[in-house]
Amino acid sequence: MTEDRDNLSCASFQAQLPELIAAGENVAAHPHVLSCELCRALLADLETIAEAARQLFPIVEPPEELWEHIEAALQHEEDGSDSR
Amino acid sequence: MVGNVAEAEDLTQEAFLQLHRKIGTFRGDSAFSTWLHRLAINVVLMQLRKKGLSLISLDEAMDPAPDEGPGRSFGAPDLTLTGAIDRLALERAVHDLPAGYRLIFILHDVEGYEHNEIASMLDCSIGNSKSQLHKARLKLRDALRAQAPEETQP
Repeated sequence: MTEDRDNLSCASFQAQLPELIAAGENVAAHPHVLSCELCRALLADLETIAEAARQLFPIVEPPEELWEHIEAALQHEEDGSDSR
Repeated sequence: MVGNVAEAEDLTQEAFLQLHRKIGTFRGDSAFSTWLHRLAINVVLMQLRKKGLSLISLDEAMDPAPDEGPGRSFGAPDLTLTGAIDRLALERAVHDLPAGYRLIFILHDVEGYEHNEIASMLDCSIGNSKSQLHKARLKLRDALRAQAPEETQP
């Protein structure tokens, strides 16, 4: 027996959810979401998390001296390989 | 990824050293940026494994045991997250994710990479990347709901 798009169980809908979200579909307008409070709440939470994630972990510029350390470490490796 | 600036700087240095050692093995099969990003990710994963902090490897994240994955949401909608999530709570929950889930979540939702780019970097299928991202978000939802039941319940 197959389920049509309007009469999916929560399990079937949630199994399709990663693909629906990744495809950029308007999942909020999906017939199952419109008729299911549980899946509507789940979708809202997932969207809230994805939205909040964009504000996380601001890019930290490395300090000037980091490159000096890297240069010194690379030079050290070069010297080590030259003396072998 | 490691949640610590000093450690991130050490890993940046290690990534440059690895690049210096391995640049000769780059054959141009993928874009240089993809190759470099993959090398950097491997440096981070090696460090996480060395510290024993991640309970699940990237390989395991790609095919987690059933009890490692997040629960599906079939029960009563007992509580939902409110519109605004506390940033620190989310950062903590992300930090506590298994390494594989954390990696894909950060690459996609925080850094904005597409699934096809992530699949190239991590050498997995696009479908795997989509499904692991979804599981990561479900795990975060579970963690956030567990962290603040008093704040979100009516």
